[in-house]
Amino acid sequence: MLSEEQIARYSRHIILKEVGGKGQQKLFDGRVMIIGAGGLGSPIALYLAAAGVGTIGIADADVVDLSNLQRQVIHQTKDVGVAKVLSAKEKMQAINPELKVNTYREWISSANIGEIIKDYDFVIDGTDNFAAKFLINDACVLAGKPYSHGGILQFDGQTFTIEPGESACYRCIFPTPPPKDAIPTCSVAGVIGVLPGVIGTIQATEAIKFLLGKGELLTNRLLTYNALRMRFREVPVKKSAKCPICGENPTITELKDELDALNVCDLDDR
Amino acid sequence: MMNLTVNGKKAAIDGKDAVNIPALLTELKVEQPDYVTVELNGDILERENFETTLVKDGDSVEFLYFMGGGGR
Repeated sequence: MLSEEQIARYSRHIILKEVGGKGQQKLFDGRVMIIGAGGLGSPIALYLAAAGVGTIGIADADVVDLSNLQRQVIHQTKDVGVAKVLSAKEKMQAINPELKVNTYREWISSANIGEIIKDYDFVIDGTDNFAAKFLINDACVLAGKPYSHGGILQFDGQTFTIEPGESACYRCIFPTPPPKDAIPTCSVAGVIGVLPGVIGTIQATEAIKFLLGKGELLTNRLLTYNALRMRFREVPVKKSAKCPICGENPTITELKDELDALNVCDLDDR
Repeated sequence: MMNLTVNGKKAAIDGKDAVNIPALLTELKVEQPDYVTVELNGDILERENFETTLVKDGDSVEFLYFMGGGGR
């Protein structure tokens, strides 16, 4: 049951017929894991906290750097040098003190990701490197856990949602990671600061819709966005029979780290 | 001449009736051709079939790119 205060706080949700008191309770009972407390993770964490998602996990081993503040809006000037997960938790609980925020101050790997995601209903990829992106895909597909993929670079972003076994996964589109250093990184190539706000809020919307069980998820459609031309496009994608993890004869049956893909996005100081 | 739809936009290739994928990537000056995913008329192509797959007049092609950023 929602309290008086909760009814007031979430009144603009509750008057939506797709949410209502029941939906708001579903959000409060919901558990979402955000991997990465950076550009994408910032708006995702802020909006999910404000929306009243009751339990939010956030994983990142990094500390806040001055160069993060141009786009990582959950962190502030005073937070430079502070662990990103602690900086994020502070802002989330300032917005909404009744949330449970679980912090994981570690880089994800094949050794820990299973344990990190296992108690959550929905996972969001807000990471900055292909090793992590492929690992999240593989872990979520093997565990049957729905998740949202997001990626940004310069003025371009892409996102889609994966319902393992039901819809196309990341490897259905990109079977293997690119080799280390093959794809330019945000730190080398730059990224316009508002871009993760656009893509991250779409990812947060997917988590909320999933918890509510309303609407249509962004599955089997890769949504691409170009900020310079201000265009969104939807590219239909399909589950691939030859996908190395969710296809008919999968070659990936247990988690492994894509070591060749490590170090893609500014990870030299790991 | 072939008229194609490339990432939602019309594109024309002069002087040819059909090209394979490597030729298309060159013709359209696709960046990072070694890492792009190519979807032809809604189906994602396997890289090993790039040489033997022909793109013809009226086809629709999507190039999907890796985007690895998001965190720091």
